[in-house]
Amino acid sequence: MHIVETKYFKINEPISLESGRELKNVEVAYETYGELNKDCDNAILLLHALTGDAHAAGYHEGDKKPGWWDDMVGSGKAFDTDKYFVICSNMLGGCKGTTGPNSINPDTGKEYGLTFPVITIEDVVRVQKKLIDFLGVKKLTVAGGSMGGMQALEWALAYPDMVSHVIVIASTPRLSAQSIAFNAVGRNAILSDPNFNNGDYYHGEKPEKGLAIARMVGHITYLCEEAMHEKFARRFQDKDSPNFNFDIDFEVESYLAHQGQTFVDRFDANSYLYITKAVDYFDIAKKYGSLEKAFENTKSKYLVISFSSDWLFPSAQSMELVNALMKNKKDVSYCEIQSPCGHDAFLLEYETQTKIIRSFLCTK
Amino acid sequence: MHEIENHYLLSKGLHLNYSIITDMIDSGSNVLDLGCGDGSLMKMLKDKGVFVSGIDINEDNIVKCLEKGLSVIQGNIDKGLHEYPDNSYDYVILNQTLQSTEKPNYVIKEMLRVGKKIVVSFPNFAYWRIRFYLLLNGKMPKSNILPFEWFNTPNIHLLTIKDFFDFAKKHNFKIEQKILMTRAKIKNDFLHKKFNNLLTEEVMFVCSQK
Repeated sequence: MHIVETKYFKINEPISLESGRELKNVEVAYETYGELNKDCDNAILLLHALTGDAHAAGYHEGDKKPGWWDDMVGSGKAFDTDKYFVICSNMLGGCKGTTGPNSINPDTGKEYGLTFPVITIEDVVRVQKKLIDFLGVKKLTVAGGSMGGMQALEWALAYPDMVSHVIVIASTPRLSAQSIAFNAVGRNAILSDPNFNNGDYYHGEKPEKGLAIARMVGHITYLCEEAMHEKFARRFQDKDSPNFNFDIDFEVESYLAHQGQTFVDRFDANSYLYITKAVDYFDIAKKYGSLEKAFENTKSKYLVISFSSDWLFPSAQSMELVNALMKNKKDVSYCEIQSPCGHDAFLLEYETQTKIIRSFLCTK
Repeated sequence: MHEIENHYLLSKGLHLNYSIITDMIDSGSNVLDLGCGDGSLMKMLKDKGVFVSGIDINEDNIVKCLEKGLSVIQGNIDKGLHEYPDNSYDYVILNQTLQSTEKPNYVIKEMLRVGKKIVVSFPNFAYWRIRFYLLLNGKMPKSNILPFEWFNTPNIHLLTIKDFFDFAKKHNFKIEQKILMTRAKIKNDFLHKKFNNLLTEEVMFVCSQK
C-alpha cells in the first residue's frame, strides 16, 4: 500500500464513562483504507491490541516499516481494501494520538497523568462509535486480536444492529487470574520506578526502567516455551561462556532488554497502567450474569480464532466463548490454528488467518 | 477407466447420502453435522431452511465451509460433545465417518445424548464383493467407497450391518429406520431386505434413545 496519513477527529460533546466521570474534548487518531460504498455498509473496524495504534497498514511518509497489521490489510489481503472501507483508530487512554493520560487536561492546561479517569473497554468502544458515526458508516464488521478481540465482542453487545460480522482473534471474554497477575507485575514495575512521581513525569525523567520491565514481562507472555526455545535456546549473547556477573549473558536476556528499551521510546507508562486495567476489568459474564445471557440479543455472525500455543489467551477460553454463542444458536465458527508462536501468533501467522478471514467475509 | 467409474460411483454415492438426509430433515430443524467435511451436506440442508452447524477437525475443511457461508467449529469429535447440552439438536449426523472415529462407542453415546435423533451411515464390511475380495485375493479389501491401502486408511473401525444391530442392542438404543444402498442406489427389494448384510454396500441408520 502507498503512503497513508493519520487523521484526527474531535468529539464535541463530553463522553460519559462507566466510572461515572466525564471526559471533555476527546480527540481520536484514526486511519482509513479503501472507500466507503453507497450503502455505507462495507466498513471494517480494526481494533488494536494493548500497545497498538491507528496505523494498521501502509507507510507513513518517510517510514521504512509499515503499519502493525499490514500483512492483513490491503488490496487482495484478508481485509481487502478493494472491497472494504477499513478503519483503525487509536484507543481511548492510548498515547498514539487519541486522548489519554499524556493529553492536556483542558481544565488545568497540564497533562492528565493520574488524574485521567480510569477507563473500561466499554468506554473505549463508546468513543469508537462516535468516530464510526462521524464517518457515516451504517453497518460494519469488527475485528481484533487480543485486547482488540475484547473490543470486538463489546461492539457486538453494545450495538447489535450495526455489527454484521465479528472476528475475535486470540482473545477472551474475560482474563484469567494468571493473565491479570502478569498485568499486575507490569503495573507494579511502573508504579515503583523512582521517576514515576505519581504519574507526573512529563517534564522530567520518565519511569523508563519500570515501563521496560513491564514490557519484558509482557513479552514473556506473548511467546511460549517452544517459541523461546526455537528463538534463543540457551545460547549466550555474542559469546560462548558466561560473564560471571549480572550483565546480559543469554540471548533471551538481550532480547527482552531490547524489547523493553525500544518500548520506552514509543509508549507512555501511564497509558500502560490505564489500558492494562481496562483489560483486567473486562468481564462480560459478570456484567450480564453469564456468558450465555450476554449474547442473547446480539445479531452478528461470529468468527473466533485461537492459536494452539497461546497460553495467555488459551484456546479453552475461546471455546468457552464459542460454546456460549452456540447455546444461543448464534451463527459462530471457530478455528484453532496450529502454531508454535504463542500469543504473538495473531500478528505472525497471517497466511492461515488470511485464508480463514477471507472465506468468512466472502459471503458477506 | 475403472478408476473413473469408481470415482463416479463415489461422488454419486455421497450425493445420494446427502439427498436422503436432506429429504429426511424438515426445514426449521436444528442439526449438527459431525465430521462435516467441505460442508456440501450442510449447504444443502441450509438451502432447505435447516439450522445447521458442523464440526470438523481439518483446517482446510473449515475454510471450505466458511466459503459456503456455513457455521463450523474446528474440533475433534472423538473428544466428545460435552459443550453441547442434552437434546440440543433435532438431528446429529455422522455421515460416512463412524468407521474413522477412534472411539465409535463414545461418539455414538454422545450423539444420542445431544440429538433427539441421530443419523449414522457407514460402508458395510460384510458386503459380498468385500467378502470375495478378501477370500480371493487374501488382501485387505478395497472398493469405490473403501479406496485406501491398509497402512493409510482412515477407516480404523470397519463394521457390518450385523455389528451395528448388536451394538444397538447392547447399548440399548432404538433403530428407527435403516436405508440400504448398493452401487449408489437405494435398495428396497426383497433380496436386499432378506440378506441385507450380504447384499448391501452401504447403510444409513436413524436411531434414537429408548
